Amino acid sequence: MLDAKIPNGNLQDKWKNHSFNVKLVNPANKRKLDVIVVGTGLAGASAAASLAELGYNVHAFCFHDSARRAHSVAAQGGINAAKNYKNEADSVYRLFYDTIKGGDFRAREGNVYRLAEVSVKIIDQSVAQGVPFAREYGGLLDNRSFGGAQVSRTFYARGQTGQQLLYGAVSALNRQVDAGKVKLYTRHEMLDLVVIDGVARGIVTRDLVSGEIKSHAAHAVILATGGYGNVFYLSTNAKGSNTTAIWRAHKKGAYFANPCFTQIHPTCIPASGEYQSKLTLMSESLRNDGRVWVPKKVGDKRNPLDIPEEERDYFLERKYPSFGNLVPRDIAARNIKEVCDEGRGVGPTGQASYLDFAESIARLGEDQVSARYGNLFEMYEKITGENPYKTPMRIYPAVHYTMGGLWVDYNLQTTIPGLYAAGEANFSDHGANRLGASALMQGLADGYFVLPVTIGDYLSTLGFAKVDGNHPAFKQAEDEVKARINQLINIKGTKTPDELHRALGKIMWDKVGMARTADGLKQAIAEMKQLKEEFWKDLKVSGTGEELNEQLEKAGRTADFIELGILMAEDALHRNESCGGHFRLEYQTEEGEARRDDENFMYVAAWEYQGENQAEKLNKENLVFESVKPSQRSYK
Amino acid sequence: MSNLNLTLKIWRQRNANDSGKLVTYKVNNISTHASFLEMLDILNEDLVKKGEDPVAFAHDCREGICGSCGCYINGRAHGPEGGTATCQLHMRKFKDGDTITVEPWRAKAFPVIKDLVVDRSALDRILQKGGYVSVNTGAAPDANEILVPKPVADEAFTGAACIGCGACVAACPNASAMLFTAAKISQLALLPQGKPERYRRVEDMIAQMEDEGFGNCTNVGACSLECPKQIGQNHIARLNREYILAKTFNPPKSNEVEVI
Repeated sequence: MLDAKIPNGNLQDKWKNHSFNVKLVNPANKRKLDVIVVGTGLAGASAAASLAELGYNVHAFCFHDSARRAHSVAAQGGINAAKNYKNEADSVYRLFYDTIKGGDFRAREGNVYRLAEVSVKIIDQSVAQGVPFAREYGGLLDNRSFGGAQVSRTFYARGQTGQQLLYGAVSALNRQVDAGKVKLYTRHEMLDLVVIDGVARGIVTRDLVSGEIKSHAAHAVILATGGYGNVFYLSTNAKGSNTTAIWRAHKKGAYFANPCFTQIHPTCIPASGEYQSKLTLMSESLRNDGRVWVPKKVGDKRNPLDIPEEERDYFLERKYPSFGNLVPRDIAARNIKEVCDEGRGVGPTGQASYLDFAESIARLGEDQVSARYGNLFEMYEKITGENPYKTPMRIYPAVHYTMGGLWVDYNLQTTIPGLYAAGEANFSDHGANRLGASALMQGLADGYFVLPVTIGDYLSTLGFAKVDGNHPAFKQAEDEVKARINQLINIKGTKTPDELHRALGKIMWDKVGMARTADGLKQAIAEMKQLKEEFWKDLKVSGTGEELNEQLEKAGRTADFIELGILMAEDALHRNESCGGHFRLEYQTEEGEARRDDENFMYVAAWEYQGENQAEKLNKENLVFESVKPSQRSYK
Repeated sequence: MSNLNLTLKIWRQRNANDSGKLVTYKVNNISTHASFLEMLDILNEDLVKKGEDPVAFAHDCREGICGSCGCYINGRAHGPEGGTATCQLHMRKFKDGDTITVEPWRAKAFPVIKDLVVDRSALDRILQKGGYVSVNTGAAPDANEILVPKPVADEAFTGAACIGCGACVAACPNASAMLFTAAKISQLALLPQGKPERYRRVEDMIAQMEDEGFGNCTNVGACSLECPKQIGQNHIARLNREYILAKTFNPPKSNEVEVI
């Protein structure tokens, strides 16, 4: 049984007490300690900047050409915080409660309460950095509501909140680069973790321009490398988002928790053809003013404007009168899939539902709607060639976020001492489903406020000697990375990395997507094992390892995605219940809602790597609910 | 709409030392719903299959926000559509039989790494010289203690929206980074949070901009025209004002005073 090291005491006091009880590192000694941070999104940039401010020597890595390009930049809608600026009886406890419930009672109370607690400080920090949040005329901050909550606690900067928060965090990072406290390595991809005597001591990177393979030593390593949604090939993630850093760490001993918990976002622009390279999200905030509907009749191909009100089915409003269009993402996504499966889907592929703003435009005026969502409407028009002010948007669910990730304890430490995981790369706070506007909150909570406290507790125990980069483990890890690159290049088969990745994505979407069955999952596992063989026999990579070579980058990432895909299916197969984003058709209520099995599955599934092509070992962390009584989620 | 058959003339350059040249390729049966980068994906899959070197181009989010992508398309930064990053350009903007010329950003401060990929790290080095507010984590007051009038916040946002793609530099006949630099200076000069460091910031960032080898601004305005986020010339005006104030009043660096 895994120990999450959640501090004792009242929920409200855990973090306060823990912060007091951790061991501190003397300011003069901090400069003798090196910390590696991989990834410069919200979690990575905020952690790197905050640790450097404390005095640690930070080495920050990203595969992008600039820290500012990490995929956090694309988050649209907003960030939650329990400020209660709207006098709606919001509180830290309510945000905690909503998040636990939204996660379908598969998250840790202690972590989630801490998240809600520090949420207020994130807004303070970001505003102080000059993040231009939306304001009211009096100069105060504006809020809006988001799915899964009945209060308006979401702070936003038009539809570009992630961008603005990231630029804030990266500006803090840049300040430390200028101060010489952070050494920033751009265009460097982490390809392995160096573990010595069971402790994380560094990483191996490839310089994406020169191809140089190099190791870097440090006292601790933080992985803030994002989620693994691209295992589905098509997702709302950026093309470069990948699982390699956390998957390599997993193979070196870090447990992987709840890999099957995937969030399918209900409102994305539908795919248009085989060449489709990614899917674009339309922010959940649109559901504040947009109404989701399909025709009542099966196969009704009329222009949506010609379908009279009484022949439209506003199915979310009908089924969930109290939350309406603002039900949590998993519920909205599943309902959209359902109506499409019934043959009531719209658009050329029949795989879409309408998101209609006609009523809001009539109520608020086009100007007001444009002020709220202008950039999203423009984006929609650019991609589809249709004007959403005139004709309803078409939307369909797409993979958006992965709640699973490296298992971490309360300190965000993985099962490898000295290795930490933050942001989407860890599994910690969202349970089986993440609420909207909570990813930004968690990434920044981990980086600004949690890691700077918890990592000191670990570093204080190490002594201050430099980590010896000449230890043979570094050379060995470098050699392994080089051998693997050579192997990828020398297969010289016929299939491109994208072809194999697409094949993986199809298996995952069809059988490990929104609705899963035991049979389907078993088939998926067999098919992915076969795909893995095919990959290592028939891959074709052009070019060499000593140059900028995107094909090689894609090949390495796809190889890791295939292995992860198998684990995701195994995890989904073993979890004989439905909860949050994990929906097993065998386990649903008569009304078609997720049927949890708290008696048998109220635990975190943390998988332990056992060697190449071996079944992974399941470890469990039991979830204990002391403050909230698990109930069936109801948004009716 | 029918599919497109196109002739592409693409800049191929193995590395910074190679002289580079335009190479002609044909792509057929491209859907008008495909994005420009998806069209390049199709070309690259074909090249890899044929054992040729695929075209290197920068891209990541493919939704116009990360700022990774960017090439010169038929003589225009990010292509023919205004207010659009290359990834958001769709093939419905082209006609069957078109010839499309694709080149990298061209600027002394942006050396070519390979084909259409250039090194834009100079932009980050400008930001590292003061494109921030000096506030350590944990030191912030309650967010609503800092009042920002809505019009000021909105105007600051228009500068903050810069995605750092470098189109402004590429579009400028002088390869100036004035709009990029101005966007950040203007954002922080407008907001109360940025005021204490405004003079030091403008002087340091402009000094870095000049060190990086960007050209001077001669008010051509092509930068704003090609900016995917449509960042206006007003930000350059504000930068100039900040710079003149900093130089004219020469406020002591350690104890900056509000001049206006």
